[in-house]
This record gives sequence, C-alpha cells and structure tokens, in this order.
Amino acid sequence: MKVLVPVKRVVDYNVKIRVKADGSGVELANVKMSMNPFDEIAVEEAIRLKEAGVATEIVAVSIGEQKCQETIRTALAMGADRGILVKTDDAVEPLAVAKILKGIVDEEKPELVILGKQAIDDDANQTGQMLAALLGWSQGTFASEVKIDGGKATVTREVDGGLQTIEITMPAIVTTDLRLNEPRYASLPNIMKAKKKPLDEKAPSDYGVDTAPRLKVLKTAEPEGRKAGVKVGSVAELVDKLKNEAGVL
Amino acid sequence: MPAFDRAAIDFLVHDWLDASALTARPRYGDHSRETFDAFLDLAEKIAENEFLPSFKPGDRDEPELKQDGTVSVHPLIRKAVQAYLDAGFQLASFPAEQGGMQLPHLVASAAKVFIQAGNVAAGGYPMLSTGNTRVLMTRGSDTLIDHFARPQLEGRSLGTMCLSEPQAGSSLGDITTRADFDCDDALGHRYRLTGRKMWISGGDHDITDDICHLVLAKIPGPDGKLPAGTKGISIFAVPKRIPAEVAGEITRNDVVVAGLNHKMGYRGTTNCLLNFGEGAQYRPMGRAGAAGWLIGEAGEGLAIMFLMMNEARIGVGLGAAAQAWRGYLLSSQYAHERRQGRIPGDRHAPDQVPLVAHADIRRMLLAQKAYAEGALALCLYSARLVDDIHSNEDESARAESESLLALLTPINKTFPSEYGPLANSLAIQCHGGYGYTRDFDVEQLYRDNRLNPIHEGTTGIQAMDLIGRKILADKGEGLQLLARRVAATMDAAAKAGGFDRQVAALGQAMATVSEAIAQQAGSPDTAFANATPLLFAFGHTVVAWQWLDQAVAAKRAAEAGSVSESLARGKQAAMTYFFDFELPQVAGWLAPFASGSRAALDAGEDIFWAG
Repeated sequence: MKVLVPVKRVVDYNVKIRVKADGSGVELANVKMSMNPFDEIAVEEAIRLKEAGVATEIVAVSIGEQKCQETIRTALAMGADRGILVKTDDAVEPLAVAKILKGIVDEEKPELVILGKQAIDDDANQTGQMLAALLGWSQGTFASEVKIDGGKATVTREVDGGLQTIEITMPAIVTTDLRLNEPRYASLPNIMKAKKKPLDEKAPSDYGVDTAPRLKVLKTAEPEGRKAGVKVGSVAELVDKLKNEAGVL
Repeated sequence: MPAFDRAAIDFLVHDWLDASALTARPRYGDHSRETFDAFLDLAEKIAENEFLPSFKPGDRDEPELKQDGTVSVHPLIRKAVQAYLDAGFQLASFPAEQGGMQLPHLVASAAKVFIQAGNVAAGGYPMLSTGNTRVLMTRGSDTLIDHFARPQLEGRSLGTMCLSEPQAGSSLGDITTRADFDCDDALGHRYRLTGRKMWISGGDHDITDDICHLVLAKIPGPDGKLPAGTKGISIFAVPKRIPAEVAGEITRNDVVVAGLNHKMGYRGTTNCLLNFGEGAQYRPMGRAGAAGWLIGEAGEGLAIMFLMMNEARIGVGLGAAAQAWRGYLLSSQYAHERRQGRIPGDRHAPDQVPLVAHADIRRMLLAQKAYAEGALALCLYSARLVDDIHSNEDESARAESESLLALLTPINKTFPSEYGPLANSLAIQCHGGYGYTRDFDVEQLYRDNRLNPIHEGTTGIQAMDLIGRKILADKGEGLQLLARRVAATMDAAAKAGGFDRQVAALGQAMATVSEAIAQQAGSPDTAFANATPLLFAFGHTVVAWQWLDQAVAAKRAAEAGSVSESLARGKQAAMTYFFDFELPQVAGWLAPFASGSRAALDAGEDIFWAG
C-alpha cells in the first residue's frame, strides 16, 4: 500500500509571530521555518504503518517555494521514501492545495493520504476535507488512533464530546490530531541518506490547477493586548457582572 | 518562545565563517548548506526537547552510589544522552572511513553549542566519549577499535579519560597506577592495572551497559619500580565489562567506584574516584587486577592522550561559551519582561519601566553578549582551523592553520572559561534577588560554569603553555601569523568605513602585547611567574580582533540582506562595548608582565598563613 503525506513549510511553532508594519501579513523574512507539527505526526504515522508491514511506500509532497524542498528532506530523513515538490512562489489557498493533491493522487494512486488536521500558520483546517470531497473518498479526521485491516480503516477521532471510533472504506483520507503519536527525531545518518532519495519537481500547471487566490486578505492585526482586571466589592457584584457583563451565567 | 537565538549561530557559521565554502573541498563534498542546516535544526530540537528538561532535575537529584556499588544518573539525563546517541551526534566529526558523518568540525561544534547550552552536565558524557573514540581511532589496533571504539560510535558504550590520581592532578609525572604485563590475548597486549584514579567524569553510570576507560599508568622496569616522570607513562583501554572473546563470557572488570565527588555544579555528570585492581569485588579471569590493553607503544601514553587534548580544550571553551550564552539569553529576556523603577529624567512616570530601559542593565547585557558571543566566535573560529588542517589542499595553508590553532588553543580554553562564569554572574545580577534563588536557571549556570577554568588544564597551566610552548619555543612564528590575520581584519574594517577608532585601538593593543613579550623574552623567571596576566591581555586582544571582524561581517551581511539589520546593530553594539570597556584592560595586565614584577616570586612562602 502506498501512502501519500503532504507536508507544509510554516513558521516554526516557537517563533513569536510579528505582523508586518503595513498589515498585509506576518513577517517571514529571517524567520525560522519548519515542518507543520501536525504534518510531522502524519509522517510518523505513515512510517509506523510501513514498519508494521502495512504500508510499502511513503511519498512526501510539499507545495510552495523552492525551500519547501527542505521540508520534504526532513520527511525523507524521518523515513519517507521519496518526495514531490510542486513549486510555486504564490500563496496557495487550501482549495488549490486540495486540487493539486488530487492531481497527485490520480497519478500516484495511493490508498491512503495522511494529512495534518491543520497547519499552524493559518489554522484553516480545510485541506483534508476538501481533498476527500474532490476524490469522493472516505475521511477520518482528527485521528488519535488509526488501524488498517482488510480494506478498512478504523479511526478513533477526537471530537468535542470525547472520542468517536469510525470504520471507513479504503482508499481514505486521514487527518492527524496531536495525540496520534510522538514523532521521532531524524538522525545524522538518515539526513545524509535523505539527500540521495528521489525528489521530483513539478508545477501546479502540471496538474492543471490555477492557484490564483479566491480570497482577499483585508487586514492582518495582532490580537488586542489583555486588559487589566477590576476588583469587585462583593460576591453579589461578581455574580451580577458574570450574569450581565460576561454573560456566562 | 525559542530557547536559543538560532540567528546568532547561523551568522557565525554561515555569514562569518562561510561553512558552505568548505563543501567545495573533496572532504566535505557530500555536504551542503541544506545538510548543515538540517543537522543544526536537529541539534536545536534535541537540546530544547531533551537536554533543557534535564537541566534542573539533574542538578537537584545528584547521581547516587548505591549499596551494591552501582551508580544511577537522573532518568531525564539518561533520556537526553540516549536521544543524542540515537540521533548519531557522536558520529558527526569522524571521517567516513571510520563510519562517521565527516561533518566539518565547525558545524559539529555549532551543533554542540545547543546541546551544551541545554545541559552541559548531560552533554559531558558524549563529549568525553568523542575524545576517547578519537584516541582509539587514531592509535588503537583494529581489534581494539572493533571492541572499544565502534560500540561508542554506535551509541552502545561511552568512554572516559582517566588521568588524575588523588596525589597527582595536573602533575601527571607523579602518577602511581601500575600496569603489570599479564599475557597476549585476542585483543592484544594485556596488562593488569592497580591504582586509583580521581575526578573521573562519567566513571560509572547506567546510561549504557559498557564503559571504556582510557587509563594512564606506568609499566614497572626490570627492578619492579615505576619509572619516574612523564616518559614512563603508557595508555590502556580498560573496559567496565571484559568481552567474551577474552573471558569466555562477558565479565565484570576489576574497576570499582570508591566514591562520588559532590560538586558545586555539573552535578548531572557523575564524577568518581575509581579503584583499579582492588580484587575484592571482582576477580576477572581468576585474579585481581583490572584487565587493560596497551594502546600504541609503552611510554607513549602522554603523547597519545594529548591527541585529544586540543579538541578537549576547544570543547571546554565551547561549553563555557554556550553556558555564558544561555545566561545572556535568559537575562536579556527577563530584562524585557520584568518592570522595575523609572529612568532618570522621568521619575514621576505612572508606570514602572522594563529593566532593559536602564542603562546599567544594558551595560551588563552588553558585557554578557560581548563575552558570550566573543567566546562562541573564538571556539568556532578554531573549529574552522581544524577543518582547514583536515581539508585544505594547500600544504602551507594547512601548516599555517596548525600553527595558529596551537597559539589560540590556550586562549580558546581560557577566555570562555574565565569570562563565561563572569557573564553568568552578570546574568544573576540582572535578575536581582530572583537570580540568587533556585527558582531561576542562572544560579545553576554560574555553578556549572565555574568548573571550566579548572579541568582540562587550569588557567595557570594554559598560561604556561602560552608563554612557554606557544610563544618562546615557537620563536614568535605563530604570533606573526596572528598579526597578519589581525592586519587583514584591520584593512577590511578600514575599507568598510566607520571603524577607525577600533582599528587604531586594536593596532595599539597588538603592538603593546608584542613589545611586552619581547621585553620578557630573556627573563623566563618573571615571564612564567606573570604568565596569567599575559594570557588575559593576549586573550582580550584576540577577542577584540574577532569582534571587529564580526562587526564588519555583520554590516556586510545586513547590507546583502542575509541577516537582519537588528543583528548587525547588536554586533556593532557589543563590539563597541568590548573596545570601550574591555580592551583598555590589556594595558593593566601587561604592566606587571612587561616590567617583570617580582611581587609573586619574592613573596616568601612563609608570609601565607599555614594554620
């Protein structure tokens, strides 16, 4: 079974984000970039499936500028087998990403696509679902456990009320939640081996996808700073404020 | 928030020392900027996720010698070291033919900065092991390499260095550990060792099952007596567990922990008094005596051990620099967060200002930055010289790098280890009373860092190495080489513009150092007695040179857009601080040296209180 794992290059989770002075977006110059943490979990899950003898090949895909190649190499150093870089310098929205991924799925014919449930830069949480819809495949989102057996996938999902376990038919889309696994570190020998693994370069046009943005960003602004609290004189006043100002009672 | 300022390291490795240029040389041809970045990413991640979490717990719960004679380290330290070994960092700088990654020392050292800044006490285990493996790989037989070096490269074993004894610390000629010939066996010439070794870091632990000790000992002459002095010293590989090929089954060697030293800092690293050949608990192959195999020839012990000494000394400097750097980052962040007082001229402002608004706090932050980043630069510059020695195709350039490295090594060991603790002291000061509590990390950095002027050759020993071997015996050749590099920086600074004051001050400092040395060349008594102030003066001049070089490089890199404008301003500010506050001290150190002060020489021993 072939597994496809899309990986996104995002601002490192540790970096304190700064909004550009003109409000057009966030500052990306001289900022540390890394693989989206949810995608690391996706790569790890694919590797575990391969180690368990369920998966046979893992293909890592990234869409974006040339430097996304480094993110693919990280996946290869963790244990993916080969990579595909779909190169574009444009900002690509989730729908366009899903369309490109559909093109890759049509070509590569994986039986399973594991994606992060969302990317930590824009937190859209859309690509996996859109891809499932475009392909007409089953989807198990927010997975905290995945078992694959005889053409079926059993996926435990993290939902508001707790855990929900569903059985879906393969081929399928799985999106990862935090508790699915703890990704391994790469190692120095594997970083060197990753250099020699194949990495194809494509363009969105190879899949007939127009990446022109459908959305318009009006403004980017930092959240307002926390305001100082107030001291209440009595329990009655507190209850009153909770009821009438905060509206939580 | 990130724990480390990655951009500061990237600047030194790429913009200042141009690591990518090394990839044009055949030795490093398999590497690229991309692999260098991937290694540094991994080191940063493991340092932050594994080493930092072990920092406080490893200090709070010291290793313990249990009733059954075993030693256990803190589980978080074990986990951190294991992650380091699993990731293969111990392979980093070894050549491919030895199974290593053949990374430039520059990049391997930069990776170590993160590890050592995370927890130097956990990083101590693999660092010692690297020195041990290097000795075995360089002078061990193939059999010894297979049995004792490979397991270390594969992360199954860790190594130690056993030099000092209770009665002989720096004075190795006085060691009394004895090695009696036993027999020739499958591993080589087997001896039985008897004696005691003191201050053995990593001497026992439960991180790996196997430990390989490299032990200095003396082989008795025909009269049964140990030869006097350093010439009679040999070096042996003494495993904690004797391989089955020799003993029939894996057998515990006659090496026991007699006690653990309870240290001021570095507490996560076990530090042991080891007894060899007690014969009480273990009698391998039926008799007392620790089984050890001779490395190289008899009498070559010290020469072989010193194969790793330069690397160890740069390593100590790097660890001290990394701790200074972490203290700087912590106190800098704290100074932005903590609000305290108001600034002069605005005494009635309603709100308190952040600490960083106070000029004296900024002075202390600048001092730390100047010491820490100056020390990091010094160590990485030396690592780059090591790469040049290994890879430059031009023989004279290789020889030049070798001379310069030899001259800089005592500085490399001393400046970071003397000024690192001072930086950490200032980090405590920036925190005020909180810095003195164990709720914050800076007091521990200070305690950990205080070891560094002591081990791997004390500051006094480095000073004698500088004046004796590196200056007087070298007839000033290394000094001339250094002067040429300094002149090149001064030229570049003059061309870049805006550094006139610093160019003049650096030229002046170089000249006064050379004059003072010339003045004392014929007076070994006073030159040696006052060698430490010379070492300080020389060290500050070298660091000033590198600060100027860094500032020029940062200016250029910012203009080219490869580093941020704020990084370049930071370099400029720290460089200005170093030239304004630190370089003037050179004259003060040189005064007693140049005039041949006899204050220490003539002070009789009896004037010091003897109880």
